[in-house]
Order: sequence, then structure tokens, then C-alpha cells
Amino acid sequence: MMDINIVRGIITLLLMLLFVGICIWAYSSARKADFEQASRLPLEQENDHE
Amino acid sequence: MTATPSTASYNYKVVQQFSIMTVVWGIVGMAVGLLIAAQLAWPLLNFDIAWLSYGRLRPLHTNAVIFAFGGCALFATSYFIVQRTCQVPLAFPKLAAFTFWGWQLVILLAAITLPLGITQSKEYAELEWPIDLLITIVWVSYAVVYFTTIARRKVKHIYVANWFFAAYILTIAVLHIFNNLSIPVSLTKSYVIWSGTVDAMVQWWYGHNAVGFFLTAGFLGIMYYFVPKQADRPIYSYRLSIVHFWALISIYMWAGPHHLHYTALPDWAQSLGMVFSLMLLAPSWGGMINGIMTLSGAWHKLRTDPILKFLIVSLSFYGMSTFEGPMMSIKTVNALSHYTDWTIGHVHSGALGWVAFITIGAIYALIPKLFDKAAMYSSKLIDIHFWIATVGVVLYICSMWAAGVMQGLMWRAVNDDGTLTYSFVEALHSTYPYYVVRFIGGLLFLSGMLIMAYNIYKTISSKPTVTGNSVQPAYTGESA
Repeated sequence: MMDINIVRGIITLLLMLLFVGICIWAYSSARKADFEQASRLPLEQENDHE
Repeated sequence: MTATPSTASYNYKVVQQFSIMTVVWGIVGMAVGLLIAAQLAWPLLNFDIAWLSYGRLRPLHTNAVIFAFGGCALFATSYFIVQRTCQVPLAFPKLAAFTFWGWQLVILLAAITLPLGITQSKEYAELEWPIDLLITIVWVSYAVVYFTTIARRKVKHIYVANWFFAAYILTIAVLHIFNNLSIPVSLTKSYVIWSGTVDAMVQWWYGHNAVGFFLTAGFLGIMYYFVPKQADRPIYSYRLSIVHFWALISIYMWAGPHHLHYTALPDWAQSLGMVFSLMLLAPSWGGMINGIMTLSGAWHKLRTDPILKFLIVSLSFYGMSTFEGPMMSIKTVNALSHYTDWTIGHVHSGALGWVAFITIGAIYALIPKLFDKAAMYSSKLIDIHFWIATVGVVLYICSMWAAGVMQGLMWRAVNDDGTLTYSFVEALHSTYPYYVVRFIGGLLFLSGMLIMAYNIYKTISSKPTVTGNSVQPAYTGESA
């Protein structure tokens, strides 16, 4: 018999794994170049007063 | 990179309007705050007029500073940032103009109804149902403008600041609608459908996420754009910003029960709220470190750029108040701090130190760009504003810490026979000196805002030439 608390435990575990997945994705070397490009977005197009 | 639209094609008009009203409502909201702070120190100042009584003006103060000052700042910066980082003009300019006038109407209605005593009696959601409906319409329009602009972006990435703004816009819509579900009985009176403990829980689910998403996620969006921009270097770690975002928005949603410690709320829900509040320290400090470390290797800029000082010191206050918050959510600490002025001190270290400071910094950075000036009229006045505001915040929060801890200790003190050592009025009497210090702190902070208004007026009214119009140009943080 499946206890509701086991379901709750599984959901918590899945959410934790999802978070770990996000961290691994964010810190994977495959994303490095993309993120560097994204991080420059506020600094681009400095043509306001030039 | 890609061919970018010229400044002229961006919709700056609505950003200008919201930026100016940020300063105007900041002054109004803080002036009302100063009046009610004075009323606590000198109760005669309510003049025995119902409209000026503390109970009616306090919600006017909170609504004005959060939704008028903070709200206009968020509209202005999000509309600016989404255009600049997506490199497209704002979608639906007429709808964007409607969000400006609609939001001003909401504020005007709040300023009329709250002193009249028309209220739902829900903290930070006092406004009655017709105004709530108007807010919903304006907010949905805001979401349509914002998300359509992102969908039309010319760049591949959605810059992290936009993620924070997107989360804030979506969450506030959900919070506002569910917390305000009510049955109207007349134009000015309604009853919320929730009752008892459930009402309290929905209220603080709303209330704490108003802090978490309106006053935190939105302003983190400002931080992620204006700190790199003003420091002229990319954010310290873009990867950390992604982990910061997902951790922050997942955890904040659950922290509300810490407002209901030792109430009828079930014990397990209180403990859940406490644990999630403690976990919030990690993403909060991750974000703070990410912002401050952006200056790594360029700390010298803090010496010459008062705008950067506002931005970086706001992050210091953010770090302080997000350490204090989790600590106060611990049940045993909360047993001392709850219902005391410590809570007021905590809120203002966040609201003045973090929210107002980052807003002020962002507005100073924005105004010259929006009105096509080289820099603010006077960098010296920005620096004076910075120091006056800093001393004001420090006076405010230190006096309220001392007052709060004293109140907590006096209220819980018992004699050997189990009777209370102090009556309530004795604790109140002992608080008067702190109320006076708090008033002085608030007065300083408001004075800073008036200096800001003068500086902005002089900047906008100066000749539209790029050089030769400034007494002492502010450092703009941009390479020439």
C-alpha cells in the first residue's frame, strides 16, 4: 500500500535532483561560451552619446 | 555584435514617466512615513482628525512606498532593461502608456480611499475590490507588454535580469488574484472568501512573497543590469546568477508561515516556514556575493562614482537583512522579536537600505540616458545624498533594534510569583526616545530624496548639449 508520505518523499527527492541538475547544467563547460556571451548583454551598444 | 536599433527607436517616454514618478511617490510615501513616525513619538500630531490617524495613514505609507515608489521603479527599470538587453523597442507602446496611467490611477485611488478608512484589512493588500480589479487589468497589460518584447528579441539569450523581472511579474499576478478573492457587498466593502487560519496563511503567503518577488526578485533584476553597467564589467558569475535565480524563486514561495509563529497555524506549517526561511540565506547571499564581486579588480571605482556607491551599499544592506530575516524566523528568536519594533527595523533595513538604495542608484544612472544628457547635474549632490541616506538608515535600524529587543525583554519579564514585571505602557514609555531617533533617521532619508529631486530637476532642465552644462559631471561608468 502506497502511503501519501512516500509520495511526498519522492516529490521532495525529485525536486532536489532537479535542482542538482540545474547546477550541473549551469556549470557544464558546454554552456561556458553561451553564458559569457549572455553576460555581456548589458555592456553592449554603448552608442548613447558617442 | 548584431546591428542594434539606435537610441531613438527605443520607447523611452514611458520609462521617463515612471522614473520621474518614482522620485515623486518616493517623496510622498516617505513623507507620510515620517509623519506617522512623528505621531508615534508625539501622539498629538494626529490632530484628532480621523483621516490623519495612524491606523489610516500607516497603510497609505506602506502602499505608497512599496507600490507607488517601488512599483514605478520596477516599471521604469524593467521597461528600460528589457528593451536594451533584447535590443528591440517595447512592444505595444499604447498598452505600455496605459500601464503608466492605470498605475497612477491605482495610486491616486489608494491615496483617497485609505485615509477615508476604506480597507480590506489585509496587510499590504488593503485596497478594496474595485481597485484590485484595476490593478489586475494593469498588471496583465504589463505582462503582455513585457513578455511580447522578450518574444520579439533580436538576441539569442534572455539576459538574467529579465528572468527575475519575468518571475516577479508572473508571481505578483498569482499572489494578487488569490489573496484578494472576495465577495463584494457594496462598492466600498467586500469580504474575503478565505476565513480564519486559512485566511491568515493565504495572507502571509501573499505578504511574504510580496517581499520575495516584488521587493526582492524585481530589484535583483535591477541589480543584475545596473551593477555590471555602472561598473562597466560583466556580472561576476553568470552561472551563479542562474543557480541564484532558480534557488531563490523555488524557496521563497514557502517562507510565509514564519509570520505566524505561535499562532493558530499548525505547528508543522510553522516549522516548514522556518526551515525554508533558513534555507533562503544561501541564494540570498549567493546573489549578494555575485553583485559585489562584480567589482572585483575595480574597487577603485567606488571612490569616484557615488552612483556605484548606492548600488554596492544596497547589496551590503541586502546581505544584512537577508541574514537577519532567517535568524528572526527561528522560532526561539521570533519569540523575542515578534510584535516588537525589531520587525520594523528589519523591514526598513531591507526597504530603505536595499530597495530604496538600489532604486536611487538605478534612477541616477537612468536619468541622463533617458533625457539625453552627458551626466547628472551634480555628482557632489549624489555623494551628499548617499551619506545623508546612509546615516538616516543606520539611525533608523539601530534605534528600532534597540527598541525591539528592549520591548521583547520587558514583555516577557516575570516576577518570582509569575506575574508580569512590566505593564505594556511601561514598555511603550521606554520606547519614546527610540521613536525620536527613528524620526531623525527618517527625516535624513527624506532630505536625501529632496536633494535627489533637485538634482534631477536641474539635470533635465539643463541645455540638451552633451558637454558644458554640468557643474561637475557624475561619473557614468561608461568608457568614452
